[in-house]
Amino acid sequence: MSPLDSDIAHLLAGSMVLLSFLLLYQDRMFALLNVFAFHAFALAGSVAWQAYLQRAPHLFITALIALLFKGVIIPVALRRIVVRLGIHRSIETVVSIGPTMLFGIALVGLSIVVMLPVTQAEGPFVREDLAFALSVVLLGFLMMVTRRNAVSQVIGFMSLENGLVLAASGARGMPLVVEISVGFSVLIAFMVISIFLFRIRERFDTVDLQALDMSRGEAL
Amino acid sequence: MSYSDWLIQLAQTALVLGTAPLLSGVTRKIRARLLRRQGASVLQPYRDLLKLIRKEAVVAGNASWLFRAAPYLIFATTWVAAALVPTFASGLPLGAVADIIVIVALLGTARFLLALAGLDVGTSFGGLGSSREMLFASLAEPAMLMAVFTLSLFAGSTQLSSISAYMLGPGAGVNISLALALVALIIVSIGENARIPVDNPATHLELTMIHEAMILEYSGRHLAVLEAAAAVKLLLYLSLIACVFTPWGTAVAGAGALAYAAGLLAWAVKLALLAFLLVLFETAIAKMRVFRVPEFLGIALMLGLLGTILLFVSKVSR
Repeated sequence: MSPLDSDIAHLLAGSMVLLSFLLLYQDRMFALLNVFAFHAFALAGSVAWQAYLQRAPHLFITALIALLFKGVIIPVALRRIVVRLGIHRSIETVVSIGPTMLFGIALVGLSIVVMLPVTQAEGPFVREDLAFALSVVLLGFLMMVTRRNAVSQVIGFMSLENGLVLAASGARGMPLVVEISVGFSVLIAFMVISIFLFRIRERFDTVDLQALDMSRGEAL
Repeated sequence: MSYSDWLIQLAQTALVLGTAPLLSGVTRKIRARLLRRQGASVLQPYRDLLKLIRKEAVVAGNASWLFRAAPYLIFATTWVAAALVPTFASGLPLGAVADIIVIVALLGTARFLLALAGLDVGTSFGGLGSSREMLFASLAEPAMLMAVFTLSLFAGSTQLSSISAYMLGPGAGVNISLALALVALIIVSIGENARIPVDNPATHLELTMIHEAMILEYSGRHLAVLEAAAAVKLLLYLSLIACVFTPWGTAVAGAGALAYAAGLLAWAVKLALLAFLLVLFETAIAKMRVFRVPEFLGIALMLGLLGTILLFVSKVSR
């Protein structure tokens, strides 16, 4: 494996972390969806590069699934939902971007500190990919915690799932059956969530999830 | 260090001062052409400087000695900082004495003096400019340092010549940390040079100005010196980016006259290209609200930090 190969793998996986930060930062709906599509493209590129390096053709199918489902279908569908919900012009009030970003960087640092010693026996690729994947997963969680809009929480969830696929592709790949079923289950989760979105909107007249807390009597 | 090395260093020091107004003239010309205006000649900044030097310097009645001294000190520190960046030849005597952190410190000193000078006369605009400048500097300076740390960790040295040489060697490849450091450096240079999304160098609109507000009280030779310092600073940042990220063609100290000529040509081409890209970016983007600028510079800080963290991962995989 030449240094250039590992550099490209590093570049693709690292750009996923960077795009996760962009997701965390972006407060406009359409821009958020575009960034999410790029996130999926980076995932597809990363997995495809792993497939090429590991000579594992079934990983190409994983990359294709990522590209089609998460890069095209889900962003386009979410775009339609956003338009139908009528929130495409609203700018989301993200809770204090600065501290969130710093917290995100701390999470990336944490995942690197945790992953690199734990996986010492593994090859450099696996270690690197696992460290990046854990960062992407944690950043997805952070996004789900900090956002109040249901659609952005869905995007946080999907980006988290991208991180899981990245982790799996580094570790010699999941069996194809698992891969495909995960891909479809995400799609189904997406459908269920989108139905819920409309139900929430019907009931509460908003997709701001604080309204739900209010109805449970938890908000002040 | 041989005699001829010092000669080249001196030539370089003179070169940065001599070509800085030309660079700002070229950027203004490109900008005018992109806006489909004719634009002034590229030599116009020289004429402006000459005109200002000949004019009488009007100083406010309550100005202290600091007000008079600051322009020269700012000019001197900026010029020295610019002389430390390799332009057409690397491995120069002054570069061995002072590394990239010294350059950041010198620029910080110039900024400190400028903010003091803005406050000195006690006009409201000067104070406003100074307070804004300091607010942005508190983000831009750490961002610059983080980018510098990323580069020095990557290349294993804080000397600009060594970093430049490392980039040419086989050790450097397509690395995400380098890309992040580059973007961070570009954002910092846009902010530091008062270019468009942050500040507009061609306006005196009080709502937006930062750099112009601080030098509003200056005239005559003081203003000339400050304008020259601003031009040198732009040249410094562009040369810095060119020297670290596109090190091709730069002559090594002790090479023949032909190598120096080639280095000079390469440097001119790189700078013209960077100036064109800068202006293209400027014409494509709108001026930012002042209170969004900290976010913009915060991105640079974040990218620098992220670049440093990711570097540790890539060191493992090598």
